[in-house]
Amino acid sequence: MENYLSIFLNAVFIENLALAFFLGMCTFLAVSKNVKTALGLGAAVIVIEFITIPANQLINQYILKKGAMSWANGFIPETTVNFSTVDLSFLAFISFIGVIAAMVQILEMVLDKFFPPLYNALGIFLPLITVNCAILGGSLFMQERSYDFVESCFYGLGCGVGWALALVLLAGIREKMKYSDVPPPLRGLGITFITVGLMALAFMSFGGIQL
Amino acid sequence: MAKKSMDVLVDPLVDNNPIALQILGICSALAVTTKMETSLVMSLAVIAVCGFSNLAVSAIRHFIPGSIRIIVQMTVIASMVIVVDQVLKAFFYDISKQLSVFVGLIITNCIVMGRAEGFAMKNKPGISFLDGIGNGLGYGLVLMFVAAFREFFGSGSLFGVELMVLDRNGGWYNPNNLMLLPPSAFFLIGLLIWIIRAFKTDQIESA
Repeated sequence: MENYLSIFLNAVFIENLALAFFLGMCTFLAVSKNVKTALGLGAAVIVIEFITIPANQLINQYILKKGAMSWANGFIPETTVNFSTVDLSFLAFISFIGVIAAMVQILEMVLDKFFPPLYNALGIFLPLITVNCAILGGSLFMQERSYDFVESCFYGLGCGVGWALALVLLAGIREKMKYSDVPPPLRGLGITFITVGLMALAFMSFGGIQL
Repeated sequence: MAKKSMDVLVDPLVDNNPIALQILGICSALAVTTKMETSLVMSLAVIAVCGFSNLAVSAIRHFIPGSIRIIVQMTVIASMVIVVDQVLKAFFYDISKQLSVFVGLIITNCIVMGRAEGFAMKNKPGISFLDGIGNGLGYGLVLMFVAAFREFFGSGSLFGVELMVLDRNGGWYNPNNLMLLPPSAFFLIGLLIWIIRAFKTDQIESA
């Protein structure tokens, strides 16, 4: 259990996808103008990360990894193919992005049918999550660090929570910043970058924690 | 025609830079810029993917049904990225290990997707190819600029060649380790945007 907790906390604070790995920056900068939309998008990202990372973990473990197809031996009679030697890991990118696109689509339909208010609140951000690097990045880190299924559940949840947390915090700062006097060429994007840099600096102080 | 091709190629470098003005593709851009070497490889990878995916999408643009065009573009881009990833793994294994997941993240790089959707769907293959290369170059330019700063001040070297001898090697330069950490990349891009917009005042945001 301690192991799982440490994966979760690590993903939220120390290796925050947005602030330590710069993932999902495009959406991160574009949607952080006010706290309300940031909360909605954050919630959607948490759900999608929590679904797609474990789903991709299963695909990786039972289909893509070298030797992962060994369960298929003996399924097809009279074949000479030895499935234990099949290595499909080069297909990881295309299958991960496929799973993510499909999951986003399914989530969109489920929300539309059962939770219309939430669906309307998220609006355009829901389909855009497909091309959010934080989602694909989470899955690729999961593959690189070879988490097992339960670990990947915790990792997925941690990634989502960490990203959402950073997004909401930045949105809060930007709301306050509307009242500040920023030099004109720095307005908008420039000052946002510098703010995010300062936030990343603050989050680095978590790096000293031993889990 | 020749002039137009030139414009398409040069315009994204400064005037319409994908990172500084359009806020596209920052995701994968910052993590690889601690060294010139990795950023150069990353830029070349993005230039290649962007150019060839634009070419491919543009070549089949009349056969793509509007409702599924995003998925088609995604598949084309993902295939290009797989090719690039396999080439890197085969010939530059060390660098490919250092770039880790960021090669794969070219798929979700908004520049590639944005150019495929915004330019290649409407234009002929030749000019789309140039547009892809131009935007890749604009991305590479920012990447190299940031990487040069970070490597020079963070490790006292450029492309791994030691220019300022570090004090731990008996020299005089005490490296600024902040430059190797994530926050410095944000600061540098913020400052770069400031510089560009100080000269090109039409890019200033009203808000």
